[in-house]
Amino acid sequence: MRLALDIALSHLGGRRRQTLVSLLGVMLGVGFFLAVSALMRGSEADIIKRLVDSAPHITIRDEFRMVAAQPAELAYPSGAVAISSLKPRNEPRGIRQYRRHLASIDALADDVGGLQAAPILIGQAIFSFAGRNEAVTLSGVVPSRMMNVSAVEEDIIDGSLADLDADSNGIIIGLALAKKLSLERGENVTVVSPTGNIRAMKIVALFSTGNVSYDESQTFANLTRVQALLNRPNTANSIIVKLNDASQARDVAADVERTIGYKSVSWQEASKDLLDTLIVRNVIMYTVVGAILLVACFGIYNIISTVVLEKTRDIAILKSMGFHADDIRQIFVIEGAIIGVAGSLLGIAMGAAMTYALGQVEIQPPGSTEAINLPVYWGVDQFLLAASFAIGSAVMAAWLPARKGSRVEPVDILRGAV
Amino acid sequence: MSILRAEHITRRLTGEIDVTLVEDASVSIEQGEFVVIRGPSGSGKSSLLYLLGLLDQPTSGRLLLEGEDTSLFNEDQRADRRLRKLGFVFQFHFLLVEFSALENVMMPMRRLGALSASDQRKRAADILSRLDLADHMHKRPSQLSGGQRQRVAIARALANDPRIILADEPTGALDTKSSENVRDILRRLASEEGRSIIAVTHDLHFAEAADRQIEIVDGRIVSGGGAIN
Ligand SMILES: Nc1ncnc2c1ncn2[C@@H]1O[C@H](COP(=O)(O)OP(=O)(O)OP(=O)(O)O)[C@@H](O)[C@H]1O
Ligand SMILES: [Mg+2]
Repeated sequence: MRLALDIALSHLGGRRRQTLVSLLGVMLGVGFFLAVSALMRGSEADIIKRLVDSAPHITIRDEFRMVAAQPAELAYPSGAVAISSLKPRNEPRGIRQYRRHLASIDALADDVGGLQAAPILIGQAIFSFAGRNEAVTLSGVVPSRMMNVSAVEEDIIDGSLADLDADSNGIIIGLALAKKLSLERGENVTVVSPTGNIRAMKIVALFSTGNVSYDESQTFANLTRVQALLNRPNTANSIIVKLNDASQARDVAADVERTIGYKSVSWQEASKDLLDTLIVRNVIMYTVVGAILLVACFGIYNIISTVVLEKTRDIAILKSMGFHADDIRQIFVIEGAIIGVAGSLLGIAMGAAMTYALGQVEIQPPGSTEAINLPVYWGVDQFLLAASFAIGSAVMAAWLPARKGSRVEPVDILRGAV
Repeated sequence: MSILRAEHITRRLTGEIDVTLVEDASVSIEQGEFVVIRGPSGSGKSSLLYLLGLLDQPTSGRLLLEGEDTSLFNEDQRADRRLRKLGFVFQFHFLLVEFSALENVMMPMRRLGALSASDQRKRAADILSRLDLADHMHKRPSQLSGGQRQRVAIARALANDPRIILADEPTGALDTKSSENVRDILRRLASEEGRSIIAVTHDLHFAEAADRQIEIVDGRIVSGGGAIN
């Protein structure tokens, strides 16, 4: 092994420039792979984190996926019943008996770690202040429950969700809306509901998410207050659920739907398009970077082939001395491995430097008010993946010419040389 | 018992036209014998040497190395015998140009791995000194004269202390003085160290130093094959 390594090094040392070029090829492949992968996976993790943090893990809506069973079907369960032109009954929207459903969702918490649920009634309302009217979304919440399931509390910059409990007439609005209407915390505002109810409410807290349109249109008030305003007592139109482990959302949503019948949408289902896009993005990334490494492999194949061709005489000598075909193959495979390993190490250094530089870049996402650093991923797994892929391909690229070299018949060369 | 014994060996190449390189050759070599193979150009001297040196495999006949029948050996087994029991010297020096004289001589020892690294070094230096190369051990082949290179090649052939040395026109590319030097070395290896030397040569002076001359014409041995029934 030491001997094979020495001979391999002597071959590479004899063709420094070509060795350097193939080394650079591997280095660039690995380096760019790491930079791109760090950026892609960083942004992917960031996107998913935003999805998971901002939207509820599971949203239970006042809808059903399936049409309810009709009396004729219930009466003749084994009969060939065909029902057409079904006209839905006109009924008020909303999750009826939401307290009972909430209790059965809470009961699931025994099996699912950290399951928390909160009912919400969402409706439209008009803000009226100083002669100006603004349409807003009014969400009725139970503060003690809402605190556990959403990031609202973290976004509040002045006051707290709990202030809604202290003042049942309280309302929480976005800082952007407050500025627009020149309102301040503690001031009163007139809220008009579509059903015609009018109520003066007191601003008890202000929030800011950085998303301007959300901050200008979203408001929160006590659930019972909103139910009264919208003339929908004892009704919620969604229940939102948060889990410790967001990746369980799909399974838990199915459980919930089976238990209470209402449509339960996990964040994965809600963001399916986006998640699919991420997969496409990954496929594109690995293809492009794979192509770079493939080109690097051609370089390695090329140099090892050249060395084998140049050194056929040496191969004949070594074999006549008593070297086996395996020894010869080992020499050239080692040459490929040396380029792969050295190229990977350089590539890792280059990739780490590029990743670090990318991580320093500040961007301002559209619709956001604060600048963030580009999210980059520093996981060891991608370094291992890049290095093992590069070394593996280098060895494979060297394998073919190495095998050819190992098959050289010394007699053929000796005859030709004389 | 002969140290090397070929019984009716034939080597044919089959292809578009079949070529017979060596036909029905029988040779017997004793320990410590210095034998030369002579014959016209293209008569099959090199081909016979490759067969005797296990570099090539006869299409028929038997070859016994120290009494062991090698006819059914595979490539690795032949390589193994070459490593342990045979040494080669060719017309051109055939050294690895990236390595020093000493490293070239050490190479078969390293492959065999029977000695420690320091013993290998010592033994290689020893062999080179005996061939008057003590001052040139650390030079690359390109820094040596033709005669010096050929002596390094002989030193390398001696690396694993083989009982048999095979040489194909070892003096073919050397001037008269270097040729005599190489001839004397091979002569001494036979008479003083008891090694068997088989050398192909065109050189009459060289041939005169030998114990026996094998004549080959058109792939057939015409005289000097030795006692074979
Ligand atoms: N691969 C081959 N294909 C066909 N014919 C071959 C091949 N190798 C050798 N020969 C022929 O076999 C014969 C013997 O060749 P060999 O090299 O053994 O001769 P030689 O006696 O060593 O000649 P020289 O003195 O020129 O070295 C020659 O006629 C040569 O042309
Ligand atoms: Mg010849």
